[in-house]
Amino acid sequence: MYTQAMDTAPKEERAAIRNADEVVAEQAFEAALDNEGFIEAKDWMPDHYRKTLVRQISQHAHSEIVGMLPEGNWITRAPTLKRKAILLAKVQDEAGHGLYLYAAGETLGTSRDQMLDALHTGKAKYSSIFNYPTLTWADVGVVGWLVDGAAIMNQIPLCRCSYAPYARAMVRVCREESFHQRQGYDALLTMMQKGTPAQRAMVQDATNRWWWPSLMMFGPPDDQSPNTAQSMRWGIKRITNDELRQKFVNAAVEQARILGVTLPDPDLKWNEARGEHDFGAIDWSEFWQVVNGDGPCNKERLAERVDAWNDGEWVREAALAHARKTAARAQKQAA
Amino acid sequence: MTASKTDIANAQAQAHEWPLWEVFVRPKAGLDHKHCGSLHAADSKMALQLAREVYTRRQEGISVWVVRSDQIVASDPADKAMLFDPMEDKVYRHPTFYELPPEVGHM
Amino acid sequence: MTTTFAPLPTTASRSAAVASTTTESIVFAPTPQQAYLVRIGDTCLIHAQRLAEWSGHAPILEEDIALTNLALDLVGQARALLTHVGAQTGFDEDQLAFLRNERDFRNFTLAELPGRKAGRDFADAIVRNFLIAAWMNVLWEKLESSSDAEIAAIAGKAVKESRYHVAHAADWVVRLGDGTDESTRRTRQAVARLWPYAAELFETDAVDTAAAESGLGPLRVALQAGWQAIVEPVFAEAGLAIPAASAFRSTGSKGVHSEHMGYLLAEMQTLQRSFPGGVW
Repeated sequence: MYTQAMDTAPKEERAAIRNADEVVAEQAFEAALDNEGFIEAKDWMPDHYRKTLVRQISQHAHSEIVGMLPEGNWITRAPTLKRKAILLAKVQDEAGHGLYLYAAGETLGTSRDQMLDALHTGKAKYSSIFNYPTLTWADVGVVGWLVDGAAIMNQIPLCRCSYAPYARAMVRVCREESFHQRQGYDALLTMMQKGTPAQRAMVQDATNRWWWPSLMMFGPPDDQSPNTAQSMRWGIKRITNDELRQKFVNAAVEQARILGVTLPDPDLKWNEARGEHDFGAIDWSEFWQVVNGDGPCNKERLAERVDAWNDGEWVREAALAHARKTAARAQKQAA
Repeated sequence: MTASKTDIANAQAQAHEWPLWEVFVRPKAGLDHKHCGSLHAADSKMALQLAREVYTRRQEGISVWVVRSDQIVASDPADKAMLFDPMEDKVYRHPTFYELPPEVGHM
Repeated sequence: MTTTFAPLPTTASRSAAVASTTTESIVFAPTPQQAYLVRIGDTCLIHAQRLAEWSGHAPILEEDIALTNLALDLVGQARALLTHVGAQTGFDEDQLAFLRNERDFRNFTLAELPGRKAGRDFADAIVRNFLIAAWMNVLWEKLESSSDAEIAAIAGKAVKESRYHVAHAADWVVRLGDGTDESTRRTRQAVARLWPYAAELFETDAVDTAAAESGLGPLRVALQAGWQAIVEPVFAEAGLAIPAASAFRSTGSKGVHSEHMGYLLAEMQTLQRSFPGGVW
């Protein structure tokens, strides 16, 4: 999910092994992967492993902070004080998740500033789902239900990722994540079961607009994802795109039925032989259009992040300047 | 070892970046502080406040330590065998090594 | 050339059309004591509303989390107070927050002034936080001995939160006031812009005297010495001068707001207004 564009990134060559120590270290690395063990920050790792993880972890982190924007859009318009508080807390969690993930990324030898720079200059991507607009309050609920629901499915296997700092960050994230899906679903259930016809129409409209992009979150079909085998070996992907997507559909069909909304797919039907739900063809041209920067909100989302960073430059500088002044004064006094 | 161009660039970049701090939280009275992650802060007072915001929102702790990441001294994983394997065969340090007759009770 | 316009709807037909598509305001007629509590609750709510604009836009991720915690504390305090007043007046917290007319809101004007979305910077947010947090802190301490047991209980919890708010804001005022030349300049501008609105925090009117007489809470003017004791040392450490007093008085606490309040409420109340009968 966070590696959507990685499948098309230039293939990186494995550096040639240089000396005997590295051979031993590499054997230890491979043995750790074989035994479902963990790789820690200071352990030897192939350069390609390190680079792949930096890219995945940082894109995951970027997804969290960009993901704050579509929902943050509704905090000042939340319809009750309880919903306002819940949404504030949820968006705050997303900031926290971004932070844990940037911290995990920093253990691999990059810095927060470097990772953010890659985002701001368009070199790094974030999950394409956040390039869609939240047009109504019901969108907030549907994002919780479908988008967080998809994220949870993707994140639970990552808790056993081979790179331990990432795995530990994911454990923390998963603990907080189920609240996110529940609050969204709860908001929708309230509107569908106790709300007015206008509210129900709003929920159905939001579902119609978010369903297909949510399916696309899981990335291209397996036969178009060449890096899957490598990612599986390294434990940074444990279940394939198609398998996760199917799991998601199976769960969502039942959830939609309970809500009383129709999923906008006339080809969606239970397949007794497979024991799963068949679903219609995804328009992958839309997916690639969005991933490549021409979705509904790509430019706005990035501009907001860049502006927030640039507008905050003087603040960060001031905090550092003050810290230095304070340290200098303390030294002078001690002298 | 002479500093590479990347090291110098990194140092300069770091001059603009808030330092990184490691955060340790004691979840309950009587337990150890446990490492739970890191964050960026401009000074130690801020680091402590932010640690509270970021890592104890769900009442995960009653005490917080913050240490600048560059102050942490860690053992080298390459030395894992040298440092820690010898501990492996000194199992007499572990209470489970000793089989006491059941009449002795809890020890 | 004359243009023919369709006849305007009559008052009767227009009211009928409007009534089915918007939620009307509640009729809110608080006693002086209730108005006293509403001032505090509304100040918390409106201040939180402006703070919430920073979510996703703070200078650094860690501070985004911190500011949101402040907003959550304030929303919590607002909810407690509005629920308490609501129970006495036959409304719930949401009817009070989302269906009162602008004239029935009694937050200090300082809280409603334009924020990040209108282009105000982080220095403005911090100075505003500091002035309000210091006031809330002195107030909550005194409210711990309110004659209203429920208010005393709310104060017991809120005072701990407000201590943290003061510490957080004070630290930032010092960092920005005594940081770089640019941060000093911006902080001084924020102080110059916001300080005149602080005078309202210490006025006295019939609402204050009624509350003081019944032991519900202190006169605003009784908070001034404590507030100055917090604000002045921090300003000194930050290298900020205390501006001279002026004759300007904002009047939000009387329900007469600035031009900014209408926009704020339009945004905050839009869903409840446009979905009559909605359940959220």
